[in-house]
Amino acid sequence: MAKNKKSVEGASLKTAAKVLRYLQKYRILFALTVIMNVALVAETLYIPILVGRAIDLAVGKGNVDFEGIFKILVAIGMIAAIDVLLQWLINVANNRIAFGIVRRLRRDAFNKIQTLPLSYIDSRPVGDTVSRVVADVDQFCDGLLMGFSRFLTGALTIIGTLALMFTMNPIIAAVVVVSTPLSLFVAGFIAKSTHTLFKKQAEVRAEQTSFIDEMLGESKTVAAFSHEDESICEFDEINERYKNCSQKAVFYSSLVNPCTRFVNNLVYAGVALSGALICISTGGAALSVGTLTTLLNYANQYTKPFNEISGVIAELQNALACAARVFELIEAQPQTPDAPDAHVLTREETDGRVNIENVEFSYTPDRELIKDFSLSIEHGQRVAIVGPTGCGKTTVINLLMRFYDVDSGRIEVSGHDISNVTRASLRSSYGMVLQETWLKEGTVRDNITMGKPDATDEEVIAAAKSAHAHSFIRQLPQGYDTVIGEDAMLSQGQKQLLCIARVLLCLPPMLILDEATSSIDTRTEMKIQNAFAFMMKGRTSFIVAHRLSTIKEADVILVMDNGRIVEKGDHETLLKNGGFYTRLWNSQFER
Amino acid sequence: MKTILEFLKKYKLECFMAPFFKLLEACFDLLVPIVVKYIMDVGIKNGDTSYVINGCLILAALGVIGLLCALTAQYFSAKAAVGVASAMRHKVFSHLQMLCYVETDKLGKSSMITRMTSDINQVQTGVNMTLRLFLRSPVIVFGAMIMSAFISPRYIAIFAIVIAVLAIITFSIILAGIPLYKNVQSKLDKVTGKTRQTLQGVRVVRAFNRENDEIAEFSKANNEHTDAQNFTGRITALLNPLTAVVINIGIIAILHVSSAQINAGEMSQGDLFALYNYMSQILVELVKLANTVLIIVKAVACSHRIEAAMNVQTGMNQIKDGTKPEYDGEYAVEYDNVSLTYEGAGAPSLEGISFKVKKGSVVGIIGGTGSGKTSLVNLIPRFYDVTEGQVKVFGKDVRGYEPMQLRDSIAIVPQKAVLFKGTVRKNLLWGRKDATDDQLWEALEGAQGRDFVMQKEGGLDAPVEQFGRNFSGGQRQRLTIARALVRKAPILILDDSASALDFATEAKLRHALRTLDYDPTVFIISQRTSSISHADLIIVLDEGRAVGIGDHESLLDSCSVYREIYDSQFKGGEQ
Repeated sequence: MAKNKKSVEGASLKTAAKVLRYLQKYRILFALTVIMNVALVAETLYIPILVGRAIDLAVGKGNVDFEGIFKILVAIGMIAAIDVLLQWLINVANNRIAFGIVRRLRRDAFNKIQTLPLSYIDSRPVGDTVSRVVADVDQFCDGLLMGFSRFLTGALTIIGTLALMFTMNPIIAAVVVVSTPLSLFVAGFIAKSTHTLFKKQAEVRAEQTSFIDEMLGESKTVAAFSHEDESICEFDEINERYKNCSQKAVFYSSLVNPCTRFVNNLVYAGVALSGALICISTGGAALSVGTLTTLLNYANQYTKPFNEISGVIAELQNALACAARVFELIEAQPQTPDAPDAHVLTREETDGRVNIENVEFSYTPDRELIKDFSLSIEHGQRVAIVGPTGCGKTTVINLLMRFYDVDSGRIEVSGHDISNVTRASLRSSYGMVLQETWLKEGTVRDNITMGKPDATDEEVIAAAKSAHAHSFIRQLPQGYDTVIGEDAMLSQGQKQLLCIARVLLCLPPMLILDEATSSIDTRTEMKIQNAFAFMMKGRTSFIVAHRLSTIKEADVILVMDNGRIVEKGDHETLLKNGGFYTRLWNSQFER
Repeated sequence: MKTILEFLKKYKLECFMAPFFKLLEACFDLLVPIVVKYIMDVGIKNGDTSYVINGCLILAALGVIGLLCALTAQYFSAKAAVGVASAMRHKVFSHLQMLCYVETDKLGKSSMITRMTSDINQVQTGVNMTLRLFLRSPVIVFGAMIMSAFISPRYIAIFAIVIAVLAIITFSIILAGIPLYKNVQSKLDKVTGKTRQTLQGVRVVRAFNRENDEIAEFSKANNEHTDAQNFTGRITALLNPLTAVVINIGIIAILHVSSAQINAGEMSQGDLFALYNYMSQILVELVKLANTVLIIVKAVACSHRIEAAMNVQTGMNQIKDGTKPEYDGEYAVEYDNVSLTYEGAGAPSLEGISFKVKKGSVVGIIGGTGSGKTSLVNLIPRFYDVTEGQVKVFGKDVRGYEPMQLRDSIAIVPQKAVLFKGTVRKNLLWGRKDATDDQLWEALEGAQGRDFVMQKEGGLDAPVEQFGRNFSGGQRQRLTIARALVRKAPILILDDSASALDFATEAKLRHALRTLDYDPTVFIISQRTSSISHADLIIVLDEGRAVGIGDHESLLDSCSVYREIYDSQFKGGEQ
């Protein structure tokens, strides 16, 4: 347990060191804010002293030093002016540092995403990575940077206050110091018990949210099974539990302020008592009323920084945990970069020959997938990949496009081992249409020209026409300039037509069609078959499909099951073999 | 607002007690400077030690009383706030749960969930802070002013001016900040969106080598966000310095005026001390007040959103004492010239559809994407009301049944295979609460799900995660089919529910459905002709119209759309 804690602390230290690296760019600004903070604390502590002196100069009837008071008033005025400037500058500087670091962190994280191996991205939910880039960075910024500046002012105020109190009157200062543990103890105690309660509350809240997510999110299913009453009943049970622990958590957390205020009031009474008694016993020689005013003023503000500091520590821990998650992303192992002497495939030399030799591959070492896979594909051949759902058809595509690298063996394109070809040139020699249609936020035109940014309008329209997308694009509010995004108003099928147009525009020498027509109804599909036929003519193509009729004419059919290639051959040969493919083929005619 | 007040009615005592005790606490706080003033002016001046001790004891006592008041207030306000939120959650949830398809479509899933979670939480915080601070802060601010008047009426002007200027500064900066923060938030949404997009589209981005474009676009969004943050920061960072300077000017004014008064013998040092203290107290409370106002504004906005959701009333006329379906008669389902136009939609989704389905027969529904297949079957359990015509189930208009009773006689397998958190058994029991394990296994057998459930650790007790994420798409579909089969309802609807199954499994499933012992009337929606070609009646939909009704052979002859679909899937397949 102790060792564990130590290693956690070690990790926090490492994270803190990384944070410092980001801070380095702002070291001058940062040093300035520290200096300004010292000045700020000094001047805020100086005002009560000045007020105290002024009070001492106005003793009573006919005994007022107007000239002295006037000087003090001028001094207070000047300090107030400096104070405005300092406070504002500190705030602005803090923001600049904090937001600047946030920007750099996000930029680094995003750039890293572009170079991460697909295995990293595939194995994590999108939401998780997004929350690292957005929420974690924000929390880190709030907690660590804003927290730090609060911590700094708080600590300086405490030290300054105590130092000044000691110079003014050691006895009263001692009274304050003795009561310090009390306020620390109270704040710590409440923070600890609320922490447990908040944790409990967060747990029940998460439970309730996920229940709401299910029952309201899928309210149609709930209605279909007339499950409303049960669902409300179950909800009420969770709601009741949530209410109980929430009530406690809210109550306890609202105790912090009154309790520390109480401690503060006691300290205040203590200072008043000891101060007044000293005043009386020395006849004002050791302590004047004005100084007492100053001391009381300090006492009034004394516990506030403690409150803030104890809050800051919890925040700092949280912030470091967030920072660690961000750095985990930023420092993730990127894909092996292209070798400096990697070959750049040109369009001219890409003749569509693909040679796969003894390839072995698995996503996880304990579950072997592709073993001893060899295949030689000539220019213009059609390769179909079939098999039941989830059999790993996309694995082959992952390897061809180098989304994943083979474990052993080699894949050659036009005689070049692809592990020694730049990824960019390899990928631009393929045109790809995936099952999951992805469009970026931007205009229809931006999306179609992804593969060929300099295409002319005529080319774009021609491509859209052959993909049967032109007519619906024209019906969009701004035609080709309509902005589409994640929640586009396009149907799944229309999106897919756009993806097809995208490939039709740049027409690379090789094609990958992964269930390219899965969201298009079969009649439209028939219509765009022409476009496909045109596209595949003279191009090596890899086709993944559910519908067996679409791949019958393929030159080679790879039959996959459980991630493995179980059969290989053309339609006739495979049917003759009477194996897995035959069963698959026949099952579609069963009635 | 109205809703909050309505829920607060149940907490009348708490709503009185919390602010009342807060007010008491504030009053005790205001007494402190006066007590100190007397310690200075009487105790110290006269060297009266016991007077000083008594004074300090009073200070301590004020602290204790203040604490007790505060604790009482916090207790009551926590109770009221959490209680209101909890009651609201119950009411909103029940309301939303009972809404029918039309309204849930209108509200949207994510907005319903936001209403239930963050909006209500915001209301809770709002109620809590209002009860606690809304009375305390004004009492201190104006109380300080009144107390100063007691010391000398002259100061009331200084205090009034300071309070007015502070109020103007605080509220204008905070109000100016609201739209600025909104702007920052919307810029952050862009950053989030861009990150999500690049992750989702990673294969396409890399396939087209667009990594640098992505980085450039993200950079733009990121920089805009940072600029907005810095700009907003510069404005809001004015709040603290400006308020501090106003207070300091106030202190200068007090010192200036009071030095003359003290010289004239109209005022004591202790009076000056008290004035100085009141001035400092105002600053602290005004900032708190401004923040409270902000929280209240947010809470009211949230409560409006909640009210809007509560005001969505179910548009269907629901017969409460409707009769149960009687299963006799020749036809299970009859459509008579049915049209359906969704609210807000320009064109009808279904138009002039008529057909009759004999009990125990199998109906296949086929058509392209968006042709109205799901809309058609959604009318049977009355998820939507027809715009024209009539849908009859077991000889009676569906509007004549109580919806729950009607739905009890229908089992549906929705297009999207969704399971709920719990166990396999718990999910299957949705079909019928009192089903035995044997019946569950029987249903699994029919749905071709027996094998994989047996293989799962725990069998029927195997855990199911939210939305059934720990099962593959095909497994989820089979479990949702089993869930419907458990019901043994006289009408079974399968909405494209075998799409994730391979041909072999689907064929087995088709066989099992044909031989169900309770002989239901079955509706099968599919994109594949092979899935429905054996049906007794096939309805071919094209853009909301039934372009063909008949059996496989006759449709091949008479319906061009059907033939095209068939050809597109079987061209050359049956040579």
